Amino acid sequence: MSVAVRVIPCLDVDDGRVVKGVNFADLRDAGDPVELARRYGEDGADELTFLDVTASSSDRSTTYDVVRRTAEEVFIPLTVGGGVRTVEDVDRLLRVGADKVGVNTAAIARPELIAEVADRFGAQVLVLSADVRRRRDDTGAVTGGFEVTTHGGRRGTGIDAVQWCARAADLGAGEILLNSMDADGTKAGFDVELIRAVRGEVQVPVIASGGAGSPAHFAPAVQAGADAVLAASIFHFGEVGIGEVKDALERAGHPVRRGRAAAQTPRLAEDSDATEASSPRNST
Amino acid sequence: MTASVVVLDYGSGNVRSVVRALEHVGASVELTADPARAAGADGLLVPGVGNFHACIAGLRAARGEELVRARVARDAPVLGICVGLQVLYDGSTEHSAAAEPGMGIWRGRVERLPADVVPHMGWSPVRPGPGSALFEGLADERFYFVHSYAVPDDGERASRVVSTAEHGHRFVAAVEDGPLSATQFHPEKSGDAGLRLLKNWVRSL
Repeated sequence: MSVAVRVIPCLDVDDGRVVKGVNFADLRDAGDPVELARRYGEDGADELTFLDVTASSSDRSTTYDVVRRTAEEVFIPLTVGGGVRTVEDVDRLLRVGADKVGVNTAAIARPELIAEVADRFGAQVLVLSADVRRRRDDTGAVTGGFEVTTHGGRRGTGIDAVQWCARAADLGAGEILLNSMDADGTKAGFDVELIRAVRGEVQVPVIASGGAGSPAHFAPAVQAGADAVLAASIFHFGEVGIGEVKDALERAGHPVRRGRAAAQTPRLAEDSDATEASSPRNST
Repeated sequence: MTASVVVLDYGSGNVRSVVRALEHVGASVELTADPARAAGADGLLVPGVGNFHACIAGLRAARGEELVRARVARDAPVLGICVGLQVLYDGSTEHSAAAEPGMGIWRGRVERLPADVVPHMGWSPVRPGPGSALFEGLADERFYFVHSYAVPDDGERASRVVSTAEHGHRFVAAVEDGPLSATQFHPEKSGDAGLRLLKNWVRSL
């Protein structure tokens, strides 16, 4: 009777449109984040994450509009991240309907931002998003330990990832979104060592991200200590349905949420059999 | 006739979702802090904002406390959500061990959840109290929680219907006490189960 493992699809949104091909057979407009969000909600997603990859901050108004329309139609939690730099950014996203806000680079540059957001809106609002890679020497050999990166994993910061997550939780982050940049895009499974290392140092929930390629990949992440699992491409391309991931988690002994909607609308079962993707999603 | 609901607007945070969810289940909804409008609506919904201190301070500044008491005294329905449940109790240890006072309508104290992972963030099953009207048709459902503090279930019921959930220990997930109801979880974020619960409340108005 414990809390269910949350299964969270993540959508990259650029100027109000979903980027990195989403490929469901029966969508009127596969680029519309609102329609996709509704679809994922019907399929049993426990939460949704929008990553705003809009290059120019002057185009943010489209993002706010997408969040507003999604929150008006989809009654599950919505996290929005990407380009969040100030308390005012957070306030604006909450006001248009986000439940949680992901903060990444801005918190590395100025960790006090975490405390400022938590003090004003409550710790539950702030998701610390950490892009993490294994430390390597000049030859590319793994040397042990994990490092926080910026610029989509391309630039190292030298900051120890496990310590950073623990510090963020102390400052008031309500949750850690742990992105393995090594595993991202490989579809070879989550980085369970990274999850275990962070789990050992933080008390707040940990969302595992990066590397999901099949339903069998999710249970090991949970066994390593993840409270929630996030994936993008495998859901978008219809390779794997949210129900299949929950089936696999349940078989491994982890509690999952089964929506009433799924039981009452059998058409979803056929719909999840969507067209196969031609190419995998690039790494974020 | 369409039931009118005022969502009390007394601080920042995401209140848009609860407004939309209530509209979705057929209520006519107004988001306002106007005491006359809030007093006159068929139902008053008190959302939770931030932490316990921010919530009770914001409520008092908006005359929310007297509004709630006056409505309850004349049997007019009120529904509190999340910290909106917590403030109805005696007090909370969120900001001081001595417990900051709440409205004290219900006996009990809000305390930190004794669990390995806190906040309790996610979908947990709720065991409805006997005879619950809020949970009609919702006997075996999970609802979305996000909180670090809760009222431990002490088994005390008095005239109340108490529904419970578990995280570290068994705590109060919802209370129905005549016109006054409250949920620790977020029905507006709990998918179809949450909409059904809100519909049950709106239909009772």
